[in-house]
Amino acid sequence: MGKKQLAFYFDSTSCSGCKTCQVACKDKYDNGSGILWRRVYEVTGGDWIRDGHAWIPNVFSYHISMACNHCMEPLCLESCPNRAIEKKENGIVLIDTDRCMGCRYCEWACPYGALQFDRNTGRMTKCTFCDDYLEGGKKPACVTACPMRVLDFGEMEELEKLHGKGNEIFPLPPSHHTEPAVVIKPHRNARMANNRDIKIDNLEEVKHEQ
Amino acid sequence: MSRKEGGPVISAMDRRCFLRLSALFGGGLLASGGMISCLGEKESKSLPVTMEDDGTVIVRAGCPSHNCGGRCVLKLHIREGEITRIETDDRPNDDITDPQLRACIRGRSYRRRQYHPDRLKYPMKRIGERGEGKFERITWDEALDILASQLNRVKEQYGNSAILVPYGTGSYNQTNGRQTAARLMNLFGGSLGFYNSYSWACISRATPYVYGTGVTGNQRQDWVNSKYIIMWGWNPAEMRDGTNSEYFVKKARENGAKVICIDPRMTMSAVSLADEWVPIRPGTDTALMSAMAYVIISEELHDKDFIQRCCTGFDSSQMPEGLENEESYRDYIFGTVDGTPKTPGWAEKITGIPARTIARIAREYGSIKPAMLYQGYGMQRRAYGEQPVLGGCVLAAITGNVGIPGGWASGIALQADDGGPFWNVFPTGRNPVSERIPVFLWTEAVLRGREMGPEDGVVGAERLENNIRLIWCVASNILINQHADVNRSAKILKDESLVEFIAFQDQFMTPSGRFADLVLPVCTQFEVWGLQDGWKYGDEVIINPKIYDPPYETKSDYQICAEISERLGIAEEYTQGRDEKEWIEWAINRYRNTRFPEIPSLDELQKENTGVYSVPIRNPKVAFADFRRDPENNPLNTPSGRIEIFSRQLYDMGKPDEIPPVPKYIQEWESPFGEESRRYPLQALGHHYMPRVHSTHDQIDWLEEAFPQRVFMNPIDAQERGIKSGDEVRVFNDRGEMVIPCRVTKKIMPGVINIPQGAWWEPDENGVDRRGCVNVLTSHKWTPLAFGNAQHTIMCQVGKA
Repeated sequence: MGKKQLAFYFDSTSCSGCKTCQVACKDKYDNGSGILWRRVYEVTGGDWIRDGHAWIPNVFSYHISMACNHCMEPLCLESCPNRAIEKKENGIVLIDTDRCMGCRYCEWACPYGALQFDRNTGRMTKCTFCDDYLEGGKKPACVTACPMRVLDFGEMEELEKLHGKGNEIFPLPPSHHTEPAVVIKPHRNARMANNRDIKIDNLEEVKHEQ
Repeated sequence: MSRKEGGPVISAMDRRCFLRLSALFGGGLLASGGMISCLGEKESKSLPVTMEDDGTVIVRAGCPSHNCGGRCVLKLHIREGEITRIETDDRPNDDITDPQLRACIRGRSYRRRQYHPDRLKYPMKRIGERGEGKFERITWDEALDILASQLNRVKEQYGNSAILVPYGTGSYNQTNGRQTAARLMNLFGGSLGFYNSYSWACISRATPYVYGTGVTGNQRQDWVNSKYIIMWGWNPAEMRDGTNSEYFVKKARENGAKVICIDPRMTMSAVSLADEWVPIRPGTDTALMSAMAYVIISEELHDKDFIQRCCTGFDSSQMPEGLENEESYRDYIFGTVDGTPKTPGWAEKITGIPARTIARIAREYGSIKPAMLYQGYGMQRRAYGEQPVLGGCVLAAITGNVGIPGGWASGIALQADDGGPFWNVFPTGRNPVSERIPVFLWTEAVLRGREMGPEDGVVGAERLENNIRLIWCVASNILINQHADVNRSAKILKDESLVEFIAFQDQFMTPSGRFADLVLPVCTQFEVWGLQDGWKYGDEVIINPKIYDPPYETKSDYQICAEISERLGIAEEYTQGRDEKEWIEWAINRYRNTRFPEIPSLDELQKENTGVYSVPIRNPKVAFADFRRDPENNPLNTPSGRIEIFSRQLYDMGKPDEIPPVPKYIQEWESPFGEESRRYPLQALGHHYMPRVHSTHDQIDWLEEAFPQRVFMNPIDAQERGIKSGDEVRVFNDRGEMVIPCRVTKKIMPGVINIPQGAWWEPDENGVDRRGCVNVLTSHKWTPLAFGNAQHTIMCQVGKA
């Protein structure tokens, strides 16, 4: 690697799923209902076992807060017929709204649901990593919002040195597709991707407007 | 006129500041009173008052104060008189001695409330039937004349005790909301008094029977010293319970504490803070506590020395004089009198928790030192809600976790050593009406006030002098939405022969507002000066500068009261010549003379522009430390001076079945073990939901998107009823019915459903609620000792709609 690549760090162990990050993002960018550049997945699995008079909760749950992962191999960028998506020197993936035609190919290409169509403008939208804040020496809006202090960001290599690799976690698809620039510290309940007894409990809350 | 208008801030600005702002913003904005006060120079300890290229000004202010458990700081971006962005506390050095007061999703969504099209804009009077929600616009003069004349009429015809300014926490900073009207009524000759709250009736009433005080909590910075934390029905990540409480638990865990969560729901706190979730059948907490005591005492894990030195009533050797043969706590636990030892096996049948789990938790809590058993408040808003409060306190006492760092005495746990925040700094004064009712019984006082006496919890009189005839509802949704049994309340309020006049003063037309005769529109907390201290915990004062003038025809609560005070002829007494900002200066002075000698002036606070004055806590105080060290010379304020595991006061009430002198498990009056469960087999909870503060914020789109209103149900119960996630379902019992979508989730115990409280009642033509207000299902029956609300004790049924 060696190339600069900014990445989000997310500590799933202590995420309460309060979604303050989601709304801090919406507030900064004035995104209306239906656009969720950052969203929080509530993952649940397991089952209940009856044991005489008692219930044994063989149940687990954790949250994944996720924005755009500013992938190292961004499929969105490759899918755009008008080259409206670019990867900056610091690794941030941005849409050039002037070039975007609103064809929504990138929306289909992205396995994370990060690219979202704005009906009002007819253009695609996505997380910008708050590049304006970064230029001003500030942290991204979601990072400074978290009441539990579980979000951070930094150079991908540095984050991986500190926390190890962490992007093979349900509901993320296998990382080899796009090499997402995200490091997630797994919750004790996190199972590996594609575990079958696991599902997104709050699907209606994380599905952005189609 | 001696009273100053609370209006345009521009007049309060000094000229230098005015000129500077004029240069920055142009005259037009200022002429409309659009900007807050002077922006100070940057000082070394302060955060920068930044002026962006586009003219955006940054102002740090308190998050509008409702009645969540948080008191947070917002960083407002203001451009051309409009709040364009809301960030949060960004003070440097975010460490646990003085952590940032980061706002949650509710505060961060505030622009959607501030600029909501449904804000009340004009005074109105009713034109249809009461409760129909039909109003016409009137002038302020007419509106204020109506209210003043009604107050005078009722005072003359019945007396002041026929007036009620109900419990209400919708606007909760110091010169806002209910207390502005309370001050006015106290100067007017008083109004019917009340005690208790809808939040804490049982825990505030019961805790002192054990400890002689409600100040039973260590300062939160001490939590990192704990090695074992039981979050018992406690969900700080969602209700906050003091900004950063969830963060302090996280820090404790990082410091090696094991955390378990006992709750019927796998709460946000259970997921993010606990090492283990122990689901419990609602209303059975005292059974679990008793079984834990059984294991702890049987296995000699109790702290005999501490019990010997500091407690009374633990066993027969410690009984109060003359009651030596009565049932001690130990007698109850081992079944000496009732023949039922409170074993884990006994509790398994009641709680639904495996006996081996109960025994293990008991051993952990009994042996890992120091340990915290933190009681949430949901379990005390239930039938016999006093018992789990007492039971938790007793467990803390017999394990010797009282008076030590990292321990926790349980109970209401106001902050050592001064009780923490004041809450009501604004001087409401003394109520000349001595009669007080338990707050939850206000509908009883409407129906039969003159019959009510001590048996209904009335204090200050043998019988009430009046039924309630006039209600002035300020920043409160208690008339309909938040009181138990909505359909019953609606029927009572519709009858104009009972309450003859209802005034409603708020920011939105809530379900309570629909029952008003007169509607007074109030500005938001961004449009009036305000000040807050912490909620339950905290060592800070947060200021709420007035960002701009009230829009439309709205006025502040204080302004409305001041204008009524003129009509009642008590303006000078009411305002004392102060506008809202001057009251804030007055309040800051009060803090300077009490909790915070070092607090700067309001001008200095504004110049610093951090939004908050805070005192870092490096040596957290521990409740009962002196008592523990030397109980003889530091006795508690209990009859014995000791921790009362057996209470003679409770014994003397002579109602052992409902008010036992030692904490006992009592089957609730609506229970899965009762006959009623044949028709209504499901227990319903109405938990405090992340997107709302009680009923505030229910109309906010960003919040509804994040957390839609649903009935949550276990897959086992759903499958029995053929229900899938997303299905519209009927939830009903004898008191009411709602139809809302269902979310099937494994994160709730079988047999239990959850309808988050606070959604706004929306009855259709058949009276079926279409929004999911849990209070269509709740009962107005009150608890035996505290006369508190038992709104979480609900049996109901669910079917496909």
